[in-house]
Amino acid sequence: MKWLTLLMLLPLAGAAVIAVLPKGNEKAAKQSALVTTLVVMTATIAMAVGFQRDNVDLQFVEKYSWIPSFGINYALGVDAIALVLILMSTILAPVVVLAGWNEAHGGRWSVKTFYILILVLETMMIGVFAATDVFLFYVIFEAMLIPVYFLIGGYGSGERSAAAVKFLIYSLVGGLLMLASIIALYVMSGAQGGHTFDINKLSQLQMSSMTQNLLFLGFFIAFAIKAPVWPFHTWLPDAAQSATPGTSVLLLGVLDKVGTFGMIRYCLTLFPEASKTFTPVILILAVISIVYGAFLAISAKDIKRLIAYTSISHFGFITMGIFAMTSQGQSGAILYMFNHGFSTAALFLVAGWMISRRGSSTIADFGGLQRVAPVLAWTFFLAGLSSLALPGLSSFVSEFLVLVGTFTRYPVHAIIATFGIVLAALYILIPVQKALHGPTTPGNENLKDLNLREKLAIAPVIAIIVVLGFYPSPLLKVINPAATHVISQMGFTDPAPTNGGK
Amino acid sequence: MNTSQSLVYLIALPLAGAALLLLGGRRTDKWGHLLATALSASSFGVGLYQLSQMLGRSTEARPVSQKLFEWINVGTFNVDAGLLLDQLSICFVLLITGVGTLIHVYSISYMSHDHDRRRFFAFLNLFIAAMLLLVLGDSYLSLYVGWEGVGLASYLLIGFWNQKPAYATASKKAFVMNRVGDMGLSFAIMIAFATMGTVSFAGVAEQVENTSEAALTGMGIMLLIAAAGKSAQFPLQAWLGDAMAGPTPVSALIHAATMVTAGVYLITRSNFVFDAAPTAQLLVVIVGAITLMFGALIGTAKDDIKKALAASTMSQIGYMILAAGLGPVGYAFAIMHLLTHGFFKAGMFLGAGSVMHGMNDEVNMRKYGALRKFMPITFATFGLGYLAILGVPPFAGFYSKDMIIETAFNAGGVKGIILGSVTLLGAGITAFYMTRVMILTFTGTKRWDEDAHPHESPWLMWLPMAVLAIGSVTSGFLLSRGDALVNWLHPLFEHHEEHEHHLLEPIVVSGLALTMVAIGVAIAFVKYSRQEVANIAPENVSVFTKIARQDLMQDRFNEAVFMRPGQALTTTLGATDEAVIDGTVRGVGQLAMSSGSALRGLQNGFVRSYAALILVGAVALIAAIWVVVQ
Repeated sequence: MKWLTLLMLLPLAGAAVIAVLPKGNEKAAKQSALVTTLVVMTATIAMAVGFQRDNVDLQFVEKYSWIPSFGINYALGVDAIALVLILMSTILAPVVVLAGWNEAHGGRWSVKTFYILILVLETMMIGVFAATDVFLFYVIFEAMLIPVYFLIGGYGSGERSAAAVKFLIYSLVGGLLMLASIIALYVMSGAQGGHTFDINKLSQLQMSSMTQNLLFLGFFIAFAIKAPVWPFHTWLPDAAQSATPGTSVLLLGVLDKVGTFGMIRYCLTLFPEASKTFTPVILILAVISIVYGAFLAISAKDIKRLIAYTSISHFGFITMGIFAMTSQGQSGAILYMFNHGFSTAALFLVAGWMISRRGSSTIADFGGLQRVAPVLAWTFFLAGLSSLALPGLSSFVSEFLVLVGTFTRYPVHAIIATFGIVLAALYILIPVQKALHGPTTPGNENLKDLNLREKLAIAPVIAIIVVLGFYPSPLLKVINPAATHVISQMGFTDPAPTNGGK
Repeated sequence: MNTSQSLVYLIALPLAGAALLLLGGRRTDKWGHLLATALSASSFGVGLYQLSQMLGRSTEARPVSQKLFEWINVGTFNVDAGLLLDQLSICFVLLITGVGTLIHVYSISYMSHDHDRRRFFAFLNLFIAAMLLLVLGDSYLSLYVGWEGVGLASYLLIGFWNQKPAYATASKKAFVMNRVGDMGLSFAIMIAFATMGTVSFAGVAEQVENTSEAALTGMGIMLLIAAAGKSAQFPLQAWLGDAMAGPTPVSALIHAATMVTAGVYLITRSNFVFDAAPTAQLLVVIVGAITLMFGALIGTAKDDIKKALAASTMSQIGYMILAAGLGPVGYAFAIMHLLTHGFFKAGMFLGAGSVMHGMNDEVNMRKYGALRKFMPITFATFGLGYLAILGVPPFAGFYSKDMIIETAFNAGGVKGIILGSVTLLGAGITAFYMTRVMILTFTGTKRWDEDAHPHESPWLMWLPMAVLAIGSVTSGFLLSRGDALVNWLHPLFEHHEEHEHHLLEPIVVSGLALTMVAIGVAIAFVKYSRQEVANIAPENVSVFTKIARQDLMQDRFNEAVFMRPGQALTTTLGATDEAVIDGTVRGVGQLAMSSGSALRGLQNGFVRSYAALILVGAVALIAAIWVVVQ
């Protein structure tokens, strides 16, 4: 069964159904989108059940010739890393649709268009993780910008056009650098046994270290912008502030993961030597991201920007884990990608409900929310605890794995990063105090608590956060072999206990 | 090791209570508090059952474990969700669930008028569950979950009335300062894994002899930082006074009897690390000694009854930490003082709550006075706790504190003399500030506000106080009779069969301690009973009093050294991110734009920027191809 193609076609089919719906039937469009995303989620889970977790080769492989004259194939396949990210994406999609039931209203275009864009985006989210042909990956990587651009520019708030353009420019610049590297790889492959975009063949190319370094940078900068890693991060707060909450979840939760996913799949696989050369620099950027993102989050006045800054800090952890080259760091980073999706989704969706009720995203405009809308307030608090990686919640497992995995090889980096956990307590508890505690701020007296639809949307997210905090084993068992494989491909083994030099 | 399948119920029962009450919402308002109390009591029942089982086994067979499931397993980092109940943790289990249940009972009445009583009980149950996980986890990582879990419960309960901004701030302060300590715990775990390849207690204990002293010292210091955060020890003590914002039962349970003693647990549990790292051990003693004086001095100047008791708690935990830092000879005495303190301090806090209950929530002792006649039971139970903390024979503190003083003197050399003197002096100051509390509250003249109508509290409140008072009277005697506790804990701690030289005979130490206590009481008596007490704190006081009233400047210090620079940095970064980093990028973009605008006829802004980007891309492309061709 062609699982991956099926997964990619299902959202497109849903989009087609919505497109032919009679004009103005917004409810049917929403329902179709919800049903479609639920079907995709179910199909993904069904596919995941058949995944052989001890097999580190690509699975569910499909390959068709697409543009034969250039050796371009429509080639798909997933390893555990891609599988976990596709799972995350397709679980988040129905949550986003249900949570943001009314967020398409007030957009530049129709509600129907909004859901078509969401579904098209879902197809691309699956495709970008599943592509095993570098050219196909690049096409989807760039094409994804289009629906996101329209989702921000057409349905966002505030200076949405400017934010959308900024997002687009940053992404395009990165994408073009990557394209240059890809073409170079293609040209070289021609000289070494035939033109190809197949990632496995490209990874065996012989090239000088200078070439490798330059091409590596082309990829890495593209991914560092996407992730985003300091100092390529400034597009994110603007985009997150302007996008609708649901779009932000997809942007930060899924699209940004393409950056960190790409670092593992492309940077490490295609350029192992260059990756090692740049590791010291990248680790420093990662540590800066962790601390810098946290400080900016502490200073943030706008709740959406705050969440975007916390993500910069979290992506710092992920990047650090990837390049620490230990099994704990690598597994931790991959698990972190999954957990961060849900943690950020919880924060953004609840913040979105707060904002739509209050008509403002300034933290100081809230106040005393706990007494006015307790369920809303406590959900926000729980989401915050997940963001500050409270032990017992899923994000703790991944964050601690990254830290301990980094410590065994790069203790100084890990020590500085660990200070991030104190900063995290501040950047969560400060807004919690301002928005939820204290006397009720005038204008907040009549804010409504969560309704049934909203509770239904957030409940699975919270459940995942709690359950995976205590029982991450099922996921770790899938991730571990892939993580160990990455490390050993790079020629690393975990450092043995040092006994402190005795 | 023996296994027991019922350990998990210790934690699961109160955890289920918390979950039911929080998820059940208002539907559970009517009976939620009863359920929570019953579940806490059941957990105590399971604890008693475990104790009886343990008593029935031979010494070596006493510890039991239970593996719940595989938790985190990556490479060689293998941590199971496992529980361990041994002679040390059973002491804590009974203290937590026993005192915890009494405080549940007390709270039924104390919180009966609170709209959110159900939520209060849910948090209490959450606390009990987390605290049990803390003492039952079989590895540093599972301890960590309980460790931050109690921090969360403490945060929620300190800020229970967080509609008052000061209370909300107090809860945040407690959490953040605790997180500084938690960071220490993180580091300790990382050091353990990197050097010994394990994070379980048993694993680390086994690996200690193969590990360098430098690594163990590092780990020990990090554990000490963790302990200092949780147990309000110098220099991470500043949160405890503010934590009194929480409802008084919380202060009794979390900020006196149980959570704040977690640091003592951590150090005694890690005895194998500290025994092999003398430098870290010495630091433990120093931190304990400083804090015991620090807390005692603050206690002399506080007019808020809860803050006076909080300062006292800090000081008494200083005694425990000091004892734990004395190594194998001290661990058991640290735990003994921890247990007796659990009784008398929790009892006194509940007494303070009872007084506040009768005095319209007034906490200023200068507005109390002569309450003895109006609240006889509270006076009696508080008075027994008072005698216990002073160390008057035969009350509980006499046994536990004297043993610490004696052991401190016996530490040998100058160290012994200094430590012994500090603990003795501390005992004298303790007698002073506690006598002051007694006099200001219960004797002398009425200095009440006009609308005060003090009355004795209902039985649901005084009954737990009475039970704790019984503990304040008898626990010391029972625990030390025939060295009961010392022998009970003996198998866990490595004992050097060295000749224990005695600097001073026990009887001399007791005599000295009682003399110091008598002096402290006498000074307080002269100062507060012989003269009229002003109902407003006098301003013309010594510099020392002024400093002590401000908690010896701890907040000022933290604000000047950490908070203000931190805020400045945060603000600066926030401003420069927009201007410098984004600005640089925009500059580069503009540069590309201007080259793009050279292409005439493309007036549309978007198109122009695309064009600029394509130009940039083309340049990059050419560069890349040039590299390849080269």
